[in-house]
Amino acid sequence: MYRIRFHGRGGQGVKTASRILGRAFFNQGYAVQDAPRYGAERRGAPIFAYVRASRTPIYERGIIQRPDCVVVVDDTLMPVPAAAILQGCEKRTLVLLVSDLPAEQWIQRLHIQGNLICLPKAGEGRESPFLWGMACVGAVARLLGVLSREVLSDALRQELVTLDKAAAEQSSNTALDSFDEMKATQIQIKESSVAAAATYPPPHWVDMAMEQGPHTAPAIYAAATSEKLATGLWRTQRPVIDHTICNRCWWLCSTFCPEGAIHVDSKGFPQIDYAHCKGCLVCVGQCPTHAIQALAEQEASRLSGEER
Amino acid sequence: MQRELLTGNGAAAWGARLARIEYLPAFPITPQTEIIENLSQWIDGGEMDCRMVTMDSEHSMITAAGAAAVTGVRTCTATSSQGLLHGMEMLYTVAGWRAPFVLINVSRGLAAPITLEPDHNDILAARDSSCVQLHCSTCQEVVDHMLIAFRLAESEGVRLPVIVNLDGFYLSFTREVVQLPDSRTADAFLPPYPSDFSLRFRPHEPVSAGVAVLGGSTYSYFRYQAHLASLHALPQYEKICLDFADLFGRQYGPLEEYQNKDAEYVFIMIGSYATKAKQAVDSLREAGWKIGLVRPRILRPYPEAHLCKALQGKKGVAVIDQNISMGKGGILYTELRSALYGHPDAPLLASFIGGLGGRDIKEEEFFEMASVLKQASADGTPPPPRLLYTEEEMREMRALQTIAGAIPVAQGDSR
Ligand code: SF4
Ligand code: SF4
Repeated sequence: MYRIRFHGRGGQGVKTASRILGRAFFNQGYAVQDAPRYGAERRGAPIFAYVRASRTPIYERGIIQRPDCVVVVDDTLMPVPAAAILQGCEKRTLVLLVSDLPAEQWIQRLHIQGNLICLPKAGEGRESPFLWGMACVGAVARLLGVLSREVLSDALRQELVTLDKAAAEQSSNTALDSFDEMKATQIQIKESSVAAAATYPPPHWVDMAMEQGPHTAPAIYAAATSEKLATGLWRTQRPVIDHTICNRCWWLCSTFCPEGAIHVDSKGFPQIDYAHCKGCLVCVGQCPTHAIQALAEQEASRLSGEER
Repeated sequence: MQRELLTGNGAAAWGARLARIEYLPAFPITPQTEIIENLSQWIDGGEMDCRMVTMDSEHSMITAAGAAAVTGVRTCTATSSQGLLHGMEMLYTVAGWRAPFVLINVSRGLAAPITLEPDHNDILAARDSSCVQLHCSTCQEVVDHMLIAFRLAESEGVRLPVIVNLDGFYLSFTREVVQLPDSRTADAFLPPYPSDFSLRFRPHEPVSAGVAVLGGSTYSYFRYQAHLASLHALPQYEKICLDFADLFGRQYGPLEEYQNKDAEYVFIMIGSYATKAKQAVDSLREAGWKIGLVRPRILRPYPEAHLCKALQGKKGVAVIDQNISMGKGGILYTELRSALYGHPDAPLLASFIGGLGGRDIKEEEFFEMASVLKQASADGTPPPPRLLYTEEEMREMRALQTIAGAIPVAQGDSR
């Protein structure tokens, strides 16, 4: 059975990519299961998708614990603990990553034992985060070695019907281009068998004991715990305030920001806390003087010379 | 018949469409909403001849469903979790009206704490409502059981609401390969709503449904009739499944028995996680085990005789409950114990609680449950009930509690 685990953020085409891959396997006659998994927060929050394909019926379900391939649509997820990207990865697991950094750097940084392939973020066909997802699915389809270009192309057509024609064509081309790009590599994603019952590592279950006290109710007593969650890492778009246009109205931006990420400095100017601004752009819509501009996060961090 | 890739929600919507539902009262809740979205698009596009009404709550939604059903309209509705609980008063009420309609429940754990992921405490809270409960474990079963559910609800002698249950995320958002019944065969299997059956609620023929009765004996009559109708739904379900197999070639019945024939040990589960148990059974068999899975598809009426027969002579049975009755334990375990009580050949039972709020049950945990079961059967002593919860999860819990400023006062065994 093939087990492919996708990691990305809402809006990066992760669910669509997983469905295209599922559809391609289906068209090729495989038994298929594809499933996204996400929490209550959507845009920018980490999401997962799982694709399984097999020549025999699939009984496994849900989370893929031991992936054959891990697809990371956005390298800014790497440091996010909740994304748990390398969980269950073994030497045979291929990591496919959308990143402008060289593969060697990631291999070193993450102590990757097996293969890692980087697809650049920038360039033709990669203009929007959604297209990163498309580039990934094209690459994976090729790296599997069992899906033809035609089968992928059909799957793209079938799964992208909800997009308008131009967008569907662009997405499809991005995927097919990256399919072609991978023809040069010798690396292949290999199927793996199911876990063997004879030699399994036993789970370490605990005997949960009764405890007393307020901690046994689901309440948060500590103040400002949301500060600990770096929602800034979710951002795909960055609001930037132009203080020459801002008239310090009655700080609508700050009032409406759902994360409380805009504070007003001693001179009365709003300042954005980018460690927590999740990029929802509510502030952009609220500002009466149009002083807040939305920039693509990548572009913004390049301009300000940051490394994330 | 057409092969398609469908989510559980998509399969449920297709089932309702193939059943040619005429009325759809709706209220949104995750993870069920996609069912209504699908149906509303089809209605909007003229592909379905159905009236959809968005209601103000699940309480009104279930009232509307029951009212429509007793006036002779084929009705379907859907909810999840808190929604089911919010509508619970009316669920009992419309079942008492003997209103035949189908309610899709997409299982999701109950608050508090709030979650979006599945377990079965929501659907089991409706256990005593006299609604029939069908539990699906694949997307294929969902679409098929939608058709079966309408036949069952509308069977003379049954005439009760039928709940089709599927797990949130693990089925609702998971696409699988589904053989989609073609509409002609579906029509042959499920004839139009029986016209002699409804209360024929018309202005010139007024009827009062669900009247008040005082004094207890009238009440007892109606309540016991509902119980008998529910019991009758079991042989009726079997009969309908045979008809279904004739037309569509897929076999169903009160129990799915997987590798059970020569099994010495058995897993018991309901819902989508049961396919994980099948995988574990395959792996364990490869390692030389004689083990199988028994999965009830129908939980109300309870398939007692079927279970007793399927488990007779087994050495040990591990009941895996994805629910918990506070102060008692696993509900499937409790019910199975009562069913087996006094049977001379009853197997040893072990109780496991796992998969609460969508917690995964890993392969190695199935293997370990099998080992615990084997050991206990050899010793002849049932093990204490076990929550599937690891040291690592406990450590993570402690880390969260530290962040929350909720530090244990008197530290128990925190290992
Ligand atoms: S985009 Fe604006 S409103 Fe949204 S979190 Fe960031 S600062 Fe707040
Ligand atoms: S809403 Fe616009 S004008 Fe008002 S304080 Fe914020 S940036 Fe300035």
